[in-house]
Amino acid sequence: MKLNGARILCESLMREGVDTIFGYPGGVVIPLYDVFPEYPSLRHILVRHEQAAGHAAEGYARATGKVGVCLATSGPGATNLVTAIADAHMDSTPIVAITGQVPTTGIGRDFFQEIDTTGITLPITKHNYLVRNVADLARTIKEAFYIASTGRPGPVLVDIPKDVIVSETLFKYPDTIDLPGYKPTTVGNMRQVRQAISVIKEAKRPLILAGHGVIVSRAYDELKQFAEQAQIPVMVTLHGIGSYPCSNPLYFGMIGMHGHAHTNLAIQEADLIIGVGMRFDDRVTGKLSTFAPKAKVIHIDIDPAEISKNIKCTVPIVGDIKTVLTSLNNELPRFEHREWMDQIEAWRADRREPHVTIDDSAPIPSTMPIKEIYKRTREPAIIVADVGQHQMWAAQEFPYDNPATFISSGGLGTMGFCLPAAMGAKVARPEATVWAVAGDGGFQMTMQELATLVESRINVKIAIINNGGLGMVRQWQDLFYDKNYVAVKMYQPDFVKLCSAYDIPAKNIERPRDVGAAVDWALATPGPVLINFEVQREENVFPMIPPGLGLGDMVEGSQPKTLQLT
Amino acid sequence: MIEYATRPVTPHTLVVLMQDHPGVLNRVSSLFRQRGFNIESLTVSNTDTPGISRMTLVVDGNTTNVEQVQKQLYKLIEVTKVTEVTHEPHVSRELALIKVSTTGNKRPEILQLIEVYKGVVVDVGADSVTAEITGPRDLIDAILGVMRPFGIKEFVRTGIIAMARGSAN
Ligand SMILES: Cc1ncc(C[n+]2csc(CCOP(=O)(O)OP(=O)(O)O)c2C)c(N)n1
Ligand SMILES: [Mg+2]
Repeated sequence: MKLNGARILCESLMREGVDTIFGYPGGVVIPLYDVFPEYPSLRHILVRHEQAAGHAAEGYARATGKVGVCLATSGPGATNLVTAIADAHMDSTPIVAITGQVPTTGIGRDFFQEIDTTGITLPITKHNYLVRNVADLARTIKEAFYIASTGRPGPVLVDIPKDVIVSETLFKYPDTIDLPGYKPTTVGNMRQVRQAISVIKEAKRPLILAGHGVIVSRAYDELKQFAEQAQIPVMVTLHGIGSYPCSNPLYFGMIGMHGHAHTNLAIQEADLIIGVGMRFDDRVTGKLSTFAPKAKVIHIDIDPAEISKNIKCTVPIVGDIKTVLTSLNNELPRFEHREWMDQIEAWRADRREPHVTIDDSAPIPSTMPIKEIYKRTREPAIIVADVGQHQMWAAQEFPYDNPATFISSGGLGTMGFCLPAAMGAKVARPEATVWAVAGDGGFQMTMQELATLVESRINVKIAIINNGGLGMVRQWQDLFYDKNYVAVKMYQPDFVKLCSAYDIPAKNIERPRDVGAAVDWALATPGPVLINFEVQREENVFPMIPPGLGLGDMVEGSQPKTLQLT
Repeated sequence: MIEYATRPVTPHTLVVLMQDHPGVLNRVSSLFRQRGFNIESLTVSNTDTPGISRMTLVVDGNTTNVEQVQKQLYKLIEVTKVTEVTHEPHVSRELALIKVSTTGNKRPEILQLIEVYKGVVVDVGADSVTAEITGPRDLIDAILGVMRPFGIKEFVRTGIIAMARGSAN
């Protein structure tokens, strides 16, 4: 059957199991949009800015593990996608970004809306393609999905010139993939697995640091079995949140710059660190030379380039987390680390927040809306946090037992991520209650997507943790720049009035006593709603490892203390 | 770079096989630029196998983490094989053209030196001689040193190509 490029693309997407495309039309992709009505099973969601299409594809992917798809026209459409592609690249999120390109005859002549899209995205994609011939299109789409979703996932971009979209060829979707240079290792080397077990055997104070890889590999059960069999405490990275049930006695919370104090103390005392699907990022390790000074390191990851990139490791195991943990579990004896666990538990107990009665005449404490959201939202729930103080509080307070319920921009730390990503997550998992927990700053970066929520009937509950400006930047200015507050206080619109322009029900909440009821109201109200929580203006997130310093330099309390930036 | 001058260079030679798609060289150079890997020399050409190019890379092990270079190269979808030959028996060759000034009756002396270094004279001008030298890197460096006092008018070298000795795998 002879089909044009537009139809070949649609046929190929359907064969890859795509049901949703987040996109925005423009000149060169009009012939592609022209055929969309012929493919009703491909739902096109029209966003209000291409960056949001990218983040929505990410949200879709993070909520399901399936590849998210976004689409933009050439030139400005493609450049608007760049932030989201970079975000997906840093957070290993499988998306396929499709961009239109000027006709092949125009490429290189500064055609209207020509931009070197593959050149721009080369360092921020796992791979990218410029399809110069319609005969290559089906194969390219097949490869793009395969590359995006296998090994260490990531974004793949396919740039399709207009003449390729309109020219015809015989359509046959390939059955096989031929990529001689792409063969991800999935099965761990058995010698190293055994070596790891003998290192675990000797350890008195071992820790598991679980990361995003556990979620990507869907290795929840294997991780739980591993931890329980070896009785090793589990701590998670920001993206590891949700990889282990929070109510399990072996679970001890989040590590890193704003991790729980007891986790960072434990890392500094540990004699063995088992990194599972994480990359010893600087926000986790602090100053490298002082990280876990007493520990040997077992590092399990699918990406060989992560091994010994930052931290010298004693036993590397390259492979898919699920597969590697299964081989470990098969040979792992039972261990006990009672004393060590008691020690960490004691550190944790020392730091339990005292029960305080909240003063209703004072402004709302920043964490209160987040706690109430967690308390009142029944699973399945997906929390999508933006970037800033509220993100760290949302991470610290995370209580759920189910996997993959916390989504945030970690590696790139992209403000504006949460609303469109929540949109994507909700479309992907309609049965889940999806909260977008945003800062007042970040929300304003992508709030144009309120229109998309209404138009495409996407039921996202939005909570703005409104501290009157760029809280995280203010915190750094407070702690490291002598309270020299510059460009952090913000004029803000009336968010309730803003929502009324979109016909979205919304409330301002200013008093602690109204917080819980407002959350219940949001949950009970059909469709998208927004609550603007006016919280305390100058709270800081603690604990904190000051940038450039080590885990041992953790600042725990809210004591006003000026620290030196290194 | 200052560091470069104070520390000895430890050249590592990598042989990289890759699919010769358009833009693949761009991917390699973009990777090196982004990660701050220092390239001493890079040569690339097609191979006996259609569709496959071969690159010989020399990187300085003092300023660049060679293990990371290999692993990051492998992450490029089009790269099929990376081999470090530095510590294996291997042959490495470079070709250089050197045009030396022959003013002041130095021509016989220069011709003699070229012969010592197993060079071939490829051009003789009124006041210069051009020689072609093939050999390992050191040999090229050596002849460059020897010729410098006569006055080098022009010099070009290709960068290293390398191959492991013995049976191919
Ligand atoms: C696109 C982008 N620009 C700038 C930053 C730097 N940045 C990190 S956190 C932050 C403040 C965020 O303020 P807000 O969204 O109100 O959240 P808060 O910290 O107040 O909770 C800024 C400006 C960023 N991460 N992303
Ligand atoms: Mg704020």
